[in-house]
Amino acid sequence: VTLSEGARAGTGRELGMLDSLLSLGGLVLGRKWRGRAMDSVEWEGRSLLKALVKKSALCGEQVHILGCEVSEEEFREGFDSDINNRLVYHDFFRDPLNWSKTEEALPGGPLGALRAICKRTDPGPVTIALDSLSWLLLHLPCTTLCQALHAVSHQDSCPGDSSPVGKVSVLGLLHEELHGPGPVGALSSLAQTEVTLGGTKGQASAHILCRRPRQRPTDQTQWFSILPDFSLDLQEGPSVESQPCSDPHIPPVDPTTHLTFNLHLSKKEREARDSLILPFQFSSEKQQALLRPRPGQATSHIFYEPDAYDDLDQEDPDDDLDI
Amino acid sequence: MFVELNNLLNTTPDRAEQGKLTLLCDAKTDGSFLVHHFLSFYLKANCKVCFVALFQSFSHYNIVGQKLGVNLTVARERGQLVFLEGLKSAVDVFFQTQEEPHPLQFLREANAGNLKPLFEFVREALKPVDGGEARWTYPVLLVDDLSVLLSLGVGAVAVLDFIHYCRATVCWELKGNMVILVHDSGDVEDEENNILLNGVSHQSHLILRAEGLATGFCRDVHGQLRILWRRPSQPTAQRDQSLTYQYKIQDKSVSFFAKGMSPAVL
Repeated sequence: VTLSEGARAGTGRELGMLDSLLSLGGLVLGRKWRGRAMDSVEWEGRSLLKALVKKSALCGEQVHILGCEVSEEEFREGFDSDINNRLVYHDFFRDPLNWSKTEEALPGGPLGALRAICKRTDPGPVTIALDSLSWLLLHLPCTTLCQALHAVSHQDSCPGDSSPVGKVSVLGLLHEELHGPGPVGALSSLAQTEVTLGGTKGQASAHILCRRPRQRPTDQTQWFSILPDFSLDLQEGPSVESQPCSDPHIPPVDPTTHLTFNLHLSKKEREARDSLILPFQFSSEKQQALLRPRPGQATSHIFYEPDAYDDLDQEDPDDDLDI
Repeated sequence: MFVELNNLLNTTPDRAEQGKLTLLCDAKTDGSFLVHHFLSFYLKANCKVCFVALFQSFSHYNIVGQKLGVNLTVARERGQLVFLEGLKSAVDVFFQTQEEPHPLQFLREANAGNLKPLFEFVREALKPVDGGEARWTYPVLLVDDLSVLLSLGVGAVAVLDFIHYCRATVCWELKGNMVILVHDSGDVEDEENNILLNGVSHQSHLILRAEGLATGFCRDVHGQLRILWRRPSQPTAQRDQSLTYQYKIQDKSVSFFAKGMSPAVL
């Protein structure tokens, strides 16, 4: 899920939205799901990431967290102990670039850890949370990262493998403003679900875009809030106070009453107005009236006294104009 | 230290929060008054301060600090203040031979690789001294300002890595605070600065953004300050923790007022 910066007529059940996101086809093995969450400075996405992590943990999955941006204590804060027992935190916060030159640095960096998780032998379903994709994208070439993510999702579809490997779900947090449209688009194309965070007036919203294979992409906007224990509370919409309220008790006032002049037309007046021919409009009647000289009407003459300087050209081309 | 700003931020030197990264940002105006505020604030809070001052000289900060009630010379002699004067020590990189890499070693390199020497300097300055009672409350790192590093050729990702390591050491390990100033040029094409600004914004707990007025320069209102609280420990803390005030800078203080409520107008 890329959570980045966007109500169904719904029941507001917590399971509803997450079910559609996590596509719990538990019986369908090898079902890959990857989603991306994009946030912005104003609407931060880590709380939603933690809420989804908690949901996965409650479903019995093992959750691996590649933590590059916050410390382990900060990430685990707010979770109770049985959830924390299911979380495996790979710490890339303290010394990601191995500046301290100690032996503690995890070999292979974050991508090495990612591949190691996928090579595990136990068949249960696994969720991997990348906190954050932005950190990986800033430090690794985009192509390497995309190939690694692609490999993660397709690693369990090798033919002839008798032992079924559990599904791998990947959740990634991306800070949208840090990257150009190219890398963001590349990661979008890898993701099955994209969640963009936004909101108004203290109410957070998530715009969810789902791309399932062989189905049309669907999108919806869901208002939500996150409770202190990181469970999701789905809501119908922004709270009433934030919407502009129109008072239904005051009827709209008609300003055209009590005028000293008439602004309305009666039916006859309207008909007379519509049938009026404008003076400079050239209609067919006017054309006929001009072409056919009326009997009994004095024709008009033009008396012209040429000047001494006038040039009466016999070959004036205007003379043979026939209007 | 501006008392009115303390009231807006709901903090005093005695009971400031620890482990927080504050981002100061200015757009179309000069936000250095915020740097002077935090410098005097943390010196008064009896913290050990490491000041990476790349923008101005020591005497400049000292003169302003004296107006705000702190003496930087005395603080430096006492060991409370570790001052890296960028303008002076940049020259030392070229004219003095040193055994260990100089904090501004990147100036000598053709491709400025990383800011590891600068981080080592900060870590060395703020590490707690063993054997002796703790004289200072908690360590504080102050940087003025980060955009200078971009101008000197360091890449935005390298600067972000430096801030990351400082945050891991100062905020998380030593439970201290960090205050960073980044300029916002407002230029959409300055991608490196935008990446740096957004990257630090995502890591920070509090963002103070000083902006010039949209209508231009004014004698009585020098600018507008936007305060944004991020990353609350409890996710239900109100999301719309964003306040906007206008301010006027005077000789020894800054007065804040709600938008449109400048005393000159009322």
